[in-house]
Amino acid sequence: MLEIRHISKTFNPGTINEKKALVDVSFTLNDGDFCTVIGGNGAGKSTIMNAVSGVWPVDSGSIWIDGVDVTTLPEHKRAAYLGRVFQDPMTGTAGDMQIDENMALAARRGKPRGLRWGVTKAERQKYREELAKLDLGLENRLTAKVGLLSGGQRQALTLLMATLQKPHLLLLDEHTAALDPKTAAKVLAATDRIVSEGHLTTLMVTHNMRDAIAHGNRLIMMSNGQIIYDVRGEDKKKLHVEDLLRKFEEAGGEVSDRMALS
Amino acid sequence: MAAYFASLNPVALWNAAPGGLAQGLIWGIMALGVYFTFRILNFADMTCDGSFALGGAVAVMLILGGANPWLAILAAFAVGLLAGFATGILHTVLGIPDILAGILVQISLYSINLNIMGKANQAIPVGQSTMPFTSNIRYLGQTIALTLVCDVVIILILYWFLGTEVGSAIRATGINEHMSRAQGIPTGKMKVLTISLSNGLIALCGAIIAEYQGFADVKMGQGSIVIGLAAVIIGEVLSEAICGKRLTFMLRLAFTIIGAVVYYFVYVFVLWLKFPADDMKLLTAIVVAIFLAVPHFQSAGSNSFRALARRNAKAAKQQQKEEHHA
Repeated sequence: MLEIRHISKTFNPGTINEKKALVDVSFTLNDGDFCTVIGGNGAGKSTIMNAVSGVWPVDSGSIWIDGVDVTTLPEHKRAAYLGRVFQDPMTGTAGDMQIDENMALAARRGKPRGLRWGVTKAERQKYREELAKLDLGLENRLTAKVGLLSGGQRQALTLLMATLQKPHLLLLDEHTAALDPKTAAKVLAATDRIVSEGHLTTLMVTHNMRDAIAHGNRLIMMSNGQIIYDVRGEDKKKLHVEDLLRKFEEAGGEVSDRMALS
Repeated sequence: MAAYFASLNPVALWNAAPGGLAQGLIWGIMALGVYFTFRILNFADMTCDGSFALGGAVAVMLILGGANPWLAILAAFAVGLLAGFATGILHTVLGIPDILAGILVQISLYSINLNIMGKANQAIPVGQSTMPFTSNIRYLGQTIALTLVCDVVIILILYWFLGTEVGSAIRATGINEHMSRAQGIPTGKMKVLTISLSNGLIALCGAIIAEYQGFADVKMGQGSIVIGLAAVIIGEVLSEAICGKRLTFMLRLAFTIIGAVVYYFVYVFVLWLKFPADDMKLLTAIVVAIFLAVPHFQSAGSNSFRALARRNAKAAKQQQKEEHHA
């Protein structure tokens, strides 16, 4: 369960570049909720992600994950609760390390790292089975450098790494935005499967309105650092892209080309 | 010209070779330290000029105080850790850029080393203590064998360490900091740890060199970063040329030592050619620049605008010729 209580964040306060990125945002995700987040450029979608993952401290408010107040935990400590996939396929993996080494790093997230061997034989077998489920042929390339993989393969691998040990919260920050449509669909399908199999509480930012409607059981729309629309369950299923666009304009939001066209 | 060549004595070169080998093998330890920060952590650490002399100074003063030479080497490793720790803290806690953090510690170590020794240099009196590492020609074979054992042990330890969970975390930090933090790795701590260990190795090398040459000098570390880099880069170029795709991590480490040995053989050879000793640092810089440029030019050979222009010009000429014939 994720509880966000009245968080605010202003970048460059007191300068001409001042940007109120989050303004008193509150919402709660229940266990197993798969919530999509949409909004235009600068709406605060990625800022929410960074606030929850602890890239920087928020100005005020608090963030609770499964009953633990993580507001003051630095990024690497908060990682114990989170699985994260980023927009840039290069960001989520260490390109110059092998596939199995990357997975072993993720498997030790939140656990003390000692002088035991970095990847064990038993682990490798497990990783092979997990990779086979992705159906990308990676199960036979365990010792290949991740840098040799395509963007889609890297994103799928990052997703697998994020969920290798069940995260309290899965954060997907436009994780298909940099992929071609066919690969994006594949990665989204894998996302749906992994989220429903693991019954994972998930927050997924996307630019694509259709994806936002098709996936998950809840949808949040943001504009100017605030949540302007929050819909769930049956109501969300009935949504159309036109409804979202109207909603967006009603709230005075600017519809970017990228949102309107997709 | 003939007189110059006649003055070159092949026997002298043959006699100088074992010394070059010994020094190369010792400097290889320093090169491994540089490899650790420069290649694994992707951190250009300038501390080493200072920590190298620090190791030498501490070892010599301890030996003058009657300490066991082996113990002196271990003590040098320990103070080297501290020097690296200082650089790491300056960089991670105080947010000072990597090169500057290293330079600050390096310059402060100059004063510290002067204080440790009490003057600019200290010599180990001949016969006071038998050194395990000595340039004495009678024991040079022993020095070489002992250094080789040290090199192998250090390579094995490094290989093991970088394969552990902590070692993997260090490698990940050097490759992708963002990802590392997302996987719960405290990247700041990993950097401090790596820079500390690296300078520990470099100080240890300084101690062995001080025993080898029989004295420590406050300026003995000057330019050592360049020698370390030279060894790392010569090792990389050679290993890629020789091993190609079969290059393993163990071989990479071994070739770093070989790089140092090659460097010292070149050094000995150039001195034998009666190249003025004062110009050696200039020569070293040129050698490093050349080896750094090799990978660049290898890729630029086929993948540059100039190469493209050449290919296009050739194709146009060909076409012209064919049209002419037709």
